[in-house]
Parts: sequence; structure tokens; C-alpha cells
Amino acid sequence: MSTIVTLILLLVAIAGGGWVLRFAGQQATGNAPVFRDMPFAVAFGYVLGAALLLFSIWYFFQPTVTDAGVPNAGVVFFRWAVQFFLMSALAAYLFRLLGRNLGTAGSKKLFRQMPLTASFGVLIILIYAITAIFAAWLAPFGQEEIFARVNVLPGGNEATGGDPMHPLGTDQIGRDLLSRLIYGAQNTVGIAFVTTCLAFFLGGTLGFLAATLQGWLDQVLSRAVDVLMAIPSLIFALLLMTIASAWAGSERWLLTVYMIVIIAVIDSTRVFRLARAVGLNIVVMDYIEAAKLRGEGLGYLIFKEILPNATAPLLAEFGLRFCFVFLTIASLSFLGVGIQPPLADWGTMVRDSSQFINFAAFSPLTAALPLLAAGAIALLTVGVNFVVDWMLHKSSGLKE
Amino acid sequence: MSLLVEINDIYIDGRSDETWSPIIKGISLELKKGEVLGLIGESGAGKSTLGLAAMGFTRDGVRISGGSVKFDGIDLLSASAAQKRSLLGKRIAYVAQSAAASFNPAHKLIDQHTEGPVQHGVMSKAESAEDGIELYRRLRLPNPEEIGFRYPHQVSGGQLQRAMTAMAMACRPDLIIFDEPTTALDVTTQIEVLASIRDIVEQFDTAAIYITHDLAVVAQMADKIKVLLKGDEVEEADTRTMLSAPKEDYTKSLWAVRAFERPQKPAVHTSATPVVSVQNVSAAYGKVRVLHDVSFDIHEGRTVAVVGESGSGKSTTARCITGLLPPTEGVIQFDGQSLPANYKKRNKDQLRQAQMIYQMADTALNPRTKIGDIIGRPVQFYMGLTGKAKRRRVEELLEEIELPASQYIDRLPSELSGGQKQRIGIARALAAEPKFIICDEVTSALDQLVAEGILKLLARLQDSLKLSYMFITHDLATVKAIADEVVVMKEGKVVEQGPKHDMFVPPHHPYTDLLLSSVPEMDPDWLTNLLNERGVDNIGDAAVDKMS
Repeated sequence: MSTIVTLILLLVAIAGGGWVLRFAGQQATGNAPVFRDMPFAVAFGYVLGAALLLFSIWYFFQPTVTDAGVPNAGVVFFRWAVQFFLMSALAAYLFRLLGRNLGTAGSKKLFRQMPLTASFGVLIILIYAITAIFAAWLAPFGQEEIFARVNVLPGGNEATGGDPMHPLGTDQIGRDLLSRLIYGAQNTVGIAFVTTCLAFFLGGTLGFLAATLQGWLDQVLSRAVDVLMAIPSLIFALLLMTIASAWAGSERWLLTVYMIVIIAVIDSTRVFRLARAVGLNIVVMDYIEAAKLRGEGLGYLIFKEILPNATAPLLAEFGLRFCFVFLTIASLSFLGVGIQPPLADWGTMVRDSSQFINFAAFSPLTAALPLLAAGAIALLTVGVNFVVDWMLHKSSGLKE
Repeated sequence: MSLLVEINDIYIDGRSDETWSPIIKGISLELKKGEVLGLIGESGAGKSTLGLAAMGFTRDGVRISGGSVKFDGIDLLSASAAQKRSLLGKRIAYVAQSAAASFNPAHKLIDQHTEGPVQHGVMSKAESAEDGIELYRRLRLPNPEEIGFRYPHQVSGGQLQRAMTAMAMACRPDLIIFDEPTTALDVTTQIEVLASIRDIVEQFDTAAIYITHDLAVVAQMADKIKVLLKGDEVEEADTRTMLSAPKEDYTKSLWAVRAFERPQKPAVHTSATPVVSVQNVSAAYGKVRVLHDVSFDIHEGRTVAVVGESGSGKSTTARCITGLLPPTEGVIQFDGQSLPANYKKRNKDQLRQAQMIYQMADTALNPRTKIGDIIGRPVQFYMGLTGKAKRRRVEELLEEIELPASQYIDRLPSELSGGQKQRIGIARALAAEPKFIICDEVTSALDQLVAEGILKLLARLQDSLKLSYMFITHDLATVKAIADEVVVMKEGKVVEQGPKHDMFVPPHHPYTDLLLSSVPEMDPDWLTNLLNERGVDNIGDAAVDKMS
């Protein structure tokens, strides 16, 4: 009860603060347009933002351990988040600075126009790509190697239950988490990327075909897609995977191939719809008519006339679709039909260590275990979307 | 009389790529109560920006960097948002170019009409609705009692433009800014809108700023005219002085555009085989018949202009000739040979011989393809040229359309002006080395000076390459300038056809007469005389009804 009253009082105070801010601004600047035409909601927003900022700073400097010796988990996680955020921003800034001074004239120009978010995204994607490609050299141990010490905490500090040999700790059966995280990049990201590309190839081609030819082909394809989309996608994928695992038998790698195809087909329905809608808007243009009247074939129409004008929405969809595919793979792995153990996979890793989140109140380090893989997924998702946003912005010529 | 609007030495900047460049460079403007000022200039001259600035408003990415704007003694640039809100819509109103895009399609006309007066507390909703009907009547809209209960898509373009004028009048403003209100309309519809705007402005003694690029229109509407060029004022004078004795060279060149006329070529011998022969063609979209028994011939080196209002079947005829819409009856002959009805069945050579130039160069050129590739594609596709030979041919074509090849070959369409884009469209058609080109309203989206340049280019190309043109247009000045023969169409039928000189001399078919007499002339008394001649109630719709 008292918290609600406090909250209401706080809001009233901030509302009053907004009014005071506007009034003071009007008096101090002699009625400058900024303050004169400021709506009350905007003034409220300014004060609310300032209040939140002050609270964050105050909270950041709270002690990490309470007087009773119990760790203050909230403060610990908050400090980690803030530190990580600031370091990311710094890394992105330095990366952009590097890009502006190194490389060809074209790449320098690209980096000069790049916002900080985009350079962060590019950096993240670059790191992930390098990690995935050189996993075998970067990882200290193999992904299937088992050690005697199980459930070692991250940090590498013996005093807090870590082990210098395993900086990120080990899992329940004693596999090195750092190595599994690095191999996970190869498996999860690689498979998700291949799957998304396949989905776009399928959905994009068929969608543009339907948009260009229309008529019965469009009807057949569109209705088929409707049917596929009517079935809940995860359940459908699960069903097909069950069938596929019977076909694959003991050939584990074959199951991965089946999974790629199944997810690609299911996801291509969404791509089809987008490609068809975008394509329909483009085929009514006069330059398509001009090309048709010139006698151009279907391939030229699709790849030279339609595709270059559809890249912006397709790229945006690619970013989103990649993340969804990624999560689908993680879900399937969680249910036991996705990427098969002993191959490392971030989805499986989150599931395996998810229980540890319950220890957050007593040992923030233990709770950090499931956050490692989950954070890896989240970071890539954010990075990809930053880059896609930027490309979209650039290609559509949108101003801020 | 005191000054209503006083703009003093105003500077306006627009932002592009993080830098500010000037749009308006120090223009002053004065307007008394009840006075109408015409602002004319080409696109990019800053007419609309200046018009909006008179309301103290700028578009996104545009700022006023100097000068002052006063409305009835109130400084609009330093006025508070609340103060401006009480002026805009109530004492200053704005009529946009495209009424169709400015109305909210989800609400009835009368509901949108009453919004302003109710918001400003001038009238109650019921009073305002009643007043709206009265305004509709004064603007001579059909069924004034009922038309307000329709949605925007249920009335025609000209009616919508008048409904928007009524909406601007709803609060009885002191100033209305008309931003090209008739540019998108047919000539016959334009007259109704012009006449009703002029009447209502006179009746309520409203001051107006009338923005347009059409001199003849502004001559009918304005008391005084200001000519703008690239953000500078060229000259200002009252309408009659301006028309009879323009001082500056630029103004004179604007006036002279309308005088361009290519001499008519002698008639072809009747036994000669026409390049294109349209024979008894009828066509339909689904079950709706849109063309009825259309026939005409186009001879080598001649231009046939097809004229008519929108919806008269001009473009549909072109679609039948190109084979995009196979006719239900009749045939298209090319050099005496029948062409397959569907373009997919025509061979490469048949496709090559008939090319098309489109109205909107923006949608006719692929925005992601470089100029060199746009023109190079037909060169490669039809002539089989590649590599250096192809590039040389593209350069030749660019020289032909008077654009320096080295500068333009690697640009994208978005880096070109409207007239240059249209020239690229012409070059693409020429690249196929055709005998026959369909020009679909190629100049109607362009400024008059630019359009004249395009027409001259087309005339020169016709002479040197022996091209035949089918020229689709609704602008009779264009017809006068370039045609040898004229085909007048209405509701999918040919109502009259013949050599150009015969067409501009009476007697006419009544519809041709209506079209011809609706073209605004530079004489400021033209509209008054015309309305007297037709009888005030007998303009536009009424005249058409009476005739058919």
C-alpha cells in the first residue's frame, strides 16, 4: 500500500517539477519559443527523465554487499549492465574512429556517415563472424571435452568458487563453458544464417514470381502459403522434426540438414507474403511496363528491375527473420529435436543452466551462468537489427 | 485600406545533407484586404514555400532565417503556438493542390467541413453544417444539400476541389492561400473551379494568394502578379500591366512559350501506307467497354495528337496499340501488316518499332539503375552491342538529347531534374531505333519552359529520324505546338478528327468547341467574357449534359 502512495506522490512531485521547469525557463529566457510553446507533457518528460537519471546514478553507487553480508543482487546486475553498456558504446566509438582512418576512401566515407548504433552492430557481427569461423582455434578446449570439476562458477577466482582454467566456468557434466559458447557461435549462428538465406531464396523468388505473373500461379502459391501459415509454426516444425528424426536414423548430421530445410520452408511463407506485396507495388510502375514491352524475359524483370527496388524492405525482414529463426532453433533444441548434443548450442545451454537464475539473490555469479548464452543471443539480435535499421535508413533516404 | 499581409525581406533555408541552402532570398510582399496576388514561377522557384510562409508556417527541414511576416499587425514569426492556432484555419486558410490527398477518406465531407468552425468556436456544428450547404450552393456544387454526406472518393476531382474551397471558407477567413488548386484538373473542370473560386473570393472580400505555374489561369484570378525565379523576385506589377508590358527578360520568355508552333506538314498522299493504322478498335476492362470503334492512321514523319479529358480513352488506345490491352474487336496494323493483339505474341522487331514515352518520368525510370544502363539496355537488347560499342552508342544518344554524356552517364535518375528525366525517357525510346513513338502526356508534369524544350527536341528528332508520333495530351497549347493531325476523343469514341488547322477553325463538333473554349487565354477578361457567353449556370457539367 505504502509503495503505491509513494509512487503517486512521486508522480505528483514530478508533474509539479515539470510546471516549475517550464515556468522558470520562460522567466529566465524571456519567453524563448522553446519554453513558451513547450507542451506540459514534454516538460513532464524532461523532469521524469532527469529524475530517472539521478536515481540510476544514486543506485549505481550503492554498496554491492548489504550490512548483513548478503550480496545486493540488484545493484550487482545493475552495475554490470551499466558497465557493459558504457563499454559497448566506447568500443563502438573506437571502432568507428578506426574505420574512419583506415581502409579505402569508400569505406572511410561509409564510416563517416555511420551512427554509433550501426558501428556497434557492425562490430558485434564482425566479432561473431570471426568467432564462428575460427572457433576451432579460438576455443581453449573442444566442445565435447569433459573435465572433473562440474558447475564451476564464472569469474576464474578460486575464492568465489571459480577456476582460472575455466574463466566462464563449467556446466553440470564438466564441459568448459567458454569453449561451448565459442562453438555455439559456429553451430547456432551458422545454421540460423544458412536457414534464413534459404528461406529468403525460396520465399523471395516465389513471391516475386507470383507478383510478376499473377493469375493462377499467384492463386496456387498464395493459398498454399495460407495453408502453411494456418498451422502454428512451432508445433508444425516439431511434428515434421519428429518425422525427420525417424528418417535420419542414426545419421545425426542428416537431422540438422532436415531441420534447416523445415525451418526454411516454414519461414519462407512470411518472406513470400512480403516479397509478393512489395513486388505488386513495383510491377505497376511504368519502368516495368517499359521492360515488358521491350520483350524482356522473366529473369531480367525479377532480378534487374524488381529486386533492386525491393531490397530495403527485404533487408529489414532479413534482420527480424534471422532472429526468429535463431529462436526457433533454440526452441527446437530445448525440446530435444534441434541441434543434437554433444554439439554446443546456445538454446540448449540456456535451458541446461536456466535453474541457476533462482540463486540470483544469494550469488549473482551463479545466476550469471544462464545469462551468458542468453546474452550472446540477445547481443547478436540487437546488433543485427541496428545494422538493418541503418541500411534501411540509408536506402530509403529517410531523414530523421 | 490597411495592409493585411506584410512580408518583409524574408529569407528561407532548406536543409539537404546537413547543410542549409537558401530557398527564398529576400522577398517582400504586401497584400491588402480583398486583394488577390498571383505567385508564378517554375517548380523549385519557392512559390509554395513563400505561400506557406505567409501563414507563418514552414515544412519540415525548412526554416525562416531572416525577415518578418506580419498578418493584420501580428508578427507571425514570434507569435506563440496558441496565438497561431487561433489564427490558422479561422483567419488564414489553405487550399492544397491535391484535394483528394488532403481530405481524410474515412470521414464525410460535411463532418470535415464543420471541424474548423467548431474547433475555433465560431459556430455550432449544426450552424456550420447549414452554412456549409450554403457555401456548396454558392460554389455551384450539384445537390448542395446532399453532397456533404458523401465520402471524398464518392465525388469527382473538380467537386472535391470546390468542397475544399468551401472548407477553407467555413470560418470566413481574411486570407486564403491557394496552392495550384486547378493544376490536376481537366480544362473543362478547371473552368468551374476557377469561376467559383473567383466569385466566392469577391463575395466575401477575402484576400488571396494564388500560386500557380499557369499564366493564363493567374491572369483570370489575380489583381497583381509576382514572378519568382529560384527564390528571387523577378518583378511585380498589376495583372494588366504585367500581361501587356512585362519588363524583365525572364518574364518575357515565360510569355513567349505559348507562341511556339511547328509548321504543319503537308497532308500525305492518300495511297501511302500509314506507319500505324488503328482500325475499328474496341476494347474493354473486364465487362466495362471503354473504347468504341476507334479508327485513325499515323503516317511517316507525322504527329497525331489524341485529345480528350481524363477517362476519354486516350491512354487505353495507346495500351491497345502497344498490345498491353488486347482489343476485343478491330486490328492494329504496322506498315500494312497486322500486329498480334497481345504484346507477348509480338516478335522482337515488332516490339522494337513501337516505343513509348511516359507521363511521369519518375515512375518510368528504374530508380536503382544508372542512366548509362537505362539507355544501354535497349541498345544491348535490340542491337546486340556490348562493351565499348554499347557505351559509344549511349554517349551518342545522350548527345542527341542534349545532355553531356560524361556528366550524366553514371548518375541515378534521382540526381536529375524533371526535364532531364523526361529526356532520358526519350533517349531510351530512341535507343531502340523505332519508327513510331507514343508520347503519353510527356509534357504535362513539366514547367512550361522545360516542356517547350522537350517539344522542340521531339520536333527536331522527328525531322532528322523520320519518326511518327502519337501524342496523347489534354493540353491544347501542346497540340497547337506540335501536331499535324488531331483526334478528339470523348467517352471512348472519336468525336472529330482531321488536320490541325481545320480543327482550330470553326465549325466544330460541340465537344471540341467546349474543349477549345475552355483553354484559358492570357486575356484577363477571358473568363468573364466566357461565362457571359455561356451563361453563368451553363458552365462545365451543365454544358456537357446539354450537349450529349
